[in-house]
This record gives sequence, structure tokens and C-alpha cells, in this order.
Amino acid sequence: MLQSAAVRTTLGFVVVALICLAFADLGISTSDPWIDLGRFVAGFVTPDFMAVDELGVAVIRTLAFAITGVALAVVAGFFLALLFRFRVVRVFCAFVRAIHELFWALIFLQFFGFHPLSGVLAIAIPFAGVFGKVYAEILDESDALPERSLPHGTGTLAAYLFTRIPLSWPHLVRYTSYRLECGLRSSAILGFVGLPTLGFYLESSFSEGYYSEVGALLIVFYVLIATLRLWLRPRLLPLYLLAAPFLLGSGLPIVWSNVGRFFTEDIVPAPLQDGAGWAGMGPWLHEVLINQALPGIWHTVVLTQIALVATGLLALLAFPLISRHFTGMLGGTLGHVLLVVFRSTPEYMLAFILLQMWGPSMLPAVVALAIHNGGIISHLIGHRSNEIELRRDASRGLSRYAFEILPRVYGPFLAFLFYRWEIIMRETAILGMLGITTLGFYVDSAISEIRFDRAMVLILITALLNIGVDALARYLRRRLDLRSTPSLEP
Amino acid sequence: MQPLHLDNVSASYGGARVIGPLSVTIRPGERVALVGRSGAGKSTLLGLMYDRWRAQCALLPQQLGLVETLSVFHNVYMGRLAAESTWYNLRNLAWPARREVRAVTALLEELAMADKLRARVGELSGGQRQRVAAARAIYQGAQMLLADEPVSALDGPLAEVTMRALTSNYATAVLAMHDVELALRFTDRVVGIGDGVVMVDEASSRLRAADLLPLYRGEGETAAGAADTLDDSALSARL
Repeated sequence: MLQSAAVRTTLGFVVVALICLAFADLGISTSDPWIDLGRFVAGFVTPDFMAVDELGVAVIRTLAFAITGVALAVVAGFFLALLFRFRVVRVFCAFVRAIHELFWALIFLQFFGFHPLSGVLAIAIPFAGVFGKVYAEILDESDALPERSLPHGTGTLAAYLFTRIPLSWPHLVRYTSYRLECGLRSSAILGFVGLPTLGFYLESSFSEGYYSEVGALLIVFYVLIATLRLWLRPRLLPLYLLAAPFLLGSGLPIVWSNVGRFFTEDIVPAPLQDGAGWAGMGPWLHEVLINQALPGIWHTVVLTQIALVATGLLALLAFPLISRHFTGMLGGTLGHVLLVVFRSTPEYMLAFILLQMWGPSMLPAVVALAIHNGGIISHLIGHRSNEIELRRDASRGLSRYAFEILPRVYGPFLAFLFYRWEIIMRETAILGMLGITTLGFYVDSAISEIRFDRAMVLILITALLNIGVDALARYLRRRLDLRSTPSLEP
Repeated sequence: MQPLHLDNVSASYGGARVIGPLSVTIRPGERVALVGRSGAGKSTLLGLMYDRWRAQCALLPQQLGLVETLSVFHNVYMGRLAAESTWYNLRNLAWPARREVRAVTALLEELAMADKLRARVGELSGGQRQRVAAARAIYQGAQMLLADEPVSALDGPLAEVTMRALTSNYATAVLAMHDVELALRFTDRVVGIGDGVVMVDEASSRLRAADLLPLYRGEGETAAGAADTLDDSALSARL
């Protein structure tokens, strides 16, 4: 077994995570976490849909931000995909998607204020980077022969529109609708920084201890995502696209002088503003790096590695719930419901809830990351396992799991896990805004101290860290000869 | 159009030489059949020709290169993509122009499938698809046609109709064929490939099917080496 590169890589990750555990604070600091959890569960089973005055508004805003943002991203991503063979476009896509939606929101809130444009762009920009990359990959995988058979001299755009795009149309549609689901999650959590979406109401209900309202908000959110296929009809799409921009709410008007000030003052490093000049840059940068960036990076990496292994563990434990080789009709259905709930809950929202109950430590973050990402991966490999045909006299139970199924799905499992590595790190950084000392914590405190120059440097460092992890994951996928098609995501 | 020359070309796959070195000249106004047993390198030779002369060629590959999610009209129209502006192409993707529809319909009538104009290619049979690909190549109106087994999925009269349509629209063409009878009837010259080199190069009018038999010697040969036991009647049955 140890000769297998996949097993050795896995053990390496587990060892790293164990070492990280020694440095991580995983305590529960609240005096009685179980009472709070009990209240929360009680709120969940006695949801009060009447209590939230603006439940309807919250839902409409969440949908409107998601649809407008994703629609803009689709258009931009499409053109980026056509130009993806240029290195500069690839780097641009990698960079904008390495910055989390919430960071983008913080940046735009700074200069557009609470105008709807802040929320729309916070979704549209990172999503455009993702679409550019994944569309390019999907188009690349389509049959090349029709394009080759076109007359010599056919324009690039015409060639794409007549051959590659129609050929990969079903994949493009499936991926786009999956990203809309992601967009809904992003839109919901934008409420945590003050935009008028679900997260905003969730945070205020929570802080006032109205658990039945929290339950109602969460249930509405799950229903929205679970019924996506019912309401997201191709024929209704034009209606949604036309209506969404008008349903964003008016917010506050843009103060254009703020926009100018953002670029000419806010993000200009302090020493350059104070007149200390370039000579002052060294100490300033040194201070930011040593006191903020380094501890931030350290905690981000520690938390990411623990959460990654926890995610993998949960995925391997949970996928039999939806695998026909282990469950019957009833069990399978229940398993599906459970996994839908797992993967529909945004990490940020879950971490926020757990943090309220358990107090600040890495534990809520690890659990939230593992539940969300583990839910996604077990869903994917559960489906993969259902494609396996076993001989009729194959073993049962644990032996079947260990000898028949696990060895066959382990490759795809690792591929999906490595693919989520970058995503987990992105989320880990952002969870700092809830008070865990990852990079997001330092970004958030820099912003609340009105030091945007510092915040921008830290966001930039976060982006570079993500790009680095993405490159490492790609290297491992290639080395282990794992199929690297993230476009296979749901 | 000038005569086109291939001089001492060769091609290899994974280190093993598939064809060459060989030389061929294609003269304008000449329809050439490439014949030879399967695996002799006909497709490779066509690929070499296309790589060199692509600016003046219409290509009809063996796997057709159709876009199954689009309609027959769109697949045929694709032959004109290089000749029209991008805007006109986009407009035809969304809303086919009447002029184009008329022209494509006329062409499909010639191939006995005008009723399929609006059908998706994915819904068609193998023979129908092959005729759609032929229609695309004809619609392109290039100076020359390169076709790889253009009628392999068609039987009897439909094969004749399609061959007639292709050859009447292209005075200059290179067609890889496995049906020797059809090749002799619809082309002016036959180039026989064997062991990666030109073994026969003769006007079609001076050849009979039997003259090409040596090219096929050994086809379907078993590991036991039964090549020489094949008699002429067995071969002509297969041809």
C-alpha cells in the first residue's frame, strides 16, 4: 500500500494536519455551548416565518444580487475564455478569483458605499475569473474536428459560435447553473458586510437571540437552493435577467469624490502620504509583514490544512449515504437530503452560527469548512460510486467499502479534494472576519482602523497565497496523474 | 490554380513510418481516387495534403466533423463561414437568411434530404450525417475537395447520388475510397497506396477493378499468415 503515491501523499497531508493540530486553538470557550445549540435546534424546528418582517425582501434581494452578478460574470467570462490562450488573461483570471467575494465587497463598499453596484461587482468580478477559466477548459475538451473542418480563414468568434460552443453547450449550461447556486450563497453572505441580503437579517436575528427567525431564514434559503431546478427554467430566464437589476434596492447614492479619494489617498501607503516618502516604505512594509501578514498567513495555513483533512475524512465517511452499494431507497433519500443541507450551507454562515455558540477558536471554522466542502465532495464521489458495477457476489458492508468501492473512487476523491484546497484556503482567510486570526482578521481590523493601504497589502498577500496553493494542487494532481477537470464539479 | 506537388513527403506515428517517402502531383481539373487497404495511409496522406493546401481546400474528414447540437442548415452553412463577415455569420446562427436557406435547400435536394433542413444533426442516421458533411464541403465552394471515405455509410443509389454531387461540384478533388468500382466510375485517375508508397498511378479509364487487387493482398490476414491462400474470387467478393 505504501508504494502507492496516492497513499503516501494522503499520509503526508494527515501528518501535516496532526502537526498543525498542536498549534491550533480548538477550545470551546462559552460556558454552556449545548444550551445554545439546543436553542438553535429548537428555533430550527419551530421556525417563525411571520417574525421576519422583511423575509420576502431579503429573498428577492438575495436572488437579485446573485442573478445580476452572475449574469455579468457570464458575459465577461465568455470573452475571457475566448482569450484564455494569452498568459496575461490567465494571470488576470487567477488573480481576480483568488480574492474572495467578501474582500471585493469590502473594497467596493469603500468607494461606492452601500450602493447596489458594490454587491453586484463583488460577485461579478471573482465569478468572471472562474467562468473564464472553466469555460475555456470546457471548450477545450470539446471535439476539435468540426473546427478543423471549417473553411480556412474562418474568424475566431464565428468558429467558436458555430463549433465549440454548440458542442459543449450542455456542459456550459450545467456549469453555469451550478455557479448560480454558488452565487446565491455568495449573495446571502454579502449581508454580513451590510448589503441587504439574507445574511444581514440572519446576523441581526442572531444577535438579538431570535432563534425562530434564524430557523425561518435558513429554511427559506435551503428551499431556494433545493428548488433551483424548478424555478430556474430557460423560458423564465429572460424575465429574471430583466427584473433582477431593478430589484437590487436603491441603497445609498455613490459619492464620486469617495471613488477618487480611494485611489489617490486611501490605498496609497501611509509613508507616501505622510511625506516620509519611499524611505519610509521599508519600515512600514516590514511592520505590516511581521505583525500582520506573517501571523495571518501562519494561522490561515494551519487552519486550512486541518480543515482540508477534516473535509476529506467527512467526505469518505458520508459518501456511502448516497451510494446505492450501501443504502436502500429510504436511506438514500435521507442521505441526499442531509448532503444537500451540508453543501447548501455557506461556510461563512455556518461558522458564524457555530462561533456564536462555541466562542471564538478554530473549532467552529474547521467544522464549518468540513461540513460544507465535505458535503460537496461526498455528493460527487457518491455519484461516481453509483456508476460502478459490482459483480453479484461482491462482498458486503465494510469489506465492500474497503476493497471494492474505496480503491475505485480514491483517485477522483483526491482530485476533488485538491481542487477544493484553494477554495478552502480562500474561505479560511475570509473566516478571519468573524474573529479567528487568519488573514481576514487582519484585513478586517485594518479596515476598521481606516488603514486601507494596509488592508490592500494584506488582500494582495491573501491572493498570492491562494494562487500558490492552486499551483501546488495542480502540480500534485498532475504528479498523481489525476484527471484535472474541475468542470466536472456538480 | 497551379498544379499541387507533394515531394518526398513522409509521416510517422510514434516512431513508426506510416507513409513515404512519396511524391504526388495533383493537376487542376483532375479528380483523383486514393485507394489501398485499410491502414495503408490514405487518411494520413490526405491529412498531409490538407496541412499544406488548406487555404484552397474543402475538407470532408472520415469522422465528418459535424456539430450534433446544431441543425442541418447550420452545419451546411458552416462551409461559408470564412467567406462571410462575422456579423452575417452570427445573424445566420440566430436567424438564417432566406438567401442562404434557399441555397442550402437546393443543395440538400440534390442529396435527397431537403426534408431534414431544420433537423438536428444529432437526430440523423449515419448515412444522413455523411450527406450533411458532403453538403457542407460542397457549399464551401473551395478550389479543391479533400474527402476521406465520403460515401462509406451510404448504399447503392445514395452513394451514387452523393458521389455525383461531390464530383460535379468539384472539378479538382482527392477522394480516399474503399469502393473500387465507385472510384473508377467517378474519378479520372487512381493512385494506389501500398506499404506507404505509390504502387499504382493510372488513368481510371485504363484500369479495371481486378488491376487493383494486388494492393489489397494480405488484408484481413490472420496471425497464422494466411495471406497467400486468398484466391481471387475471395478478394473480388470483398471488393
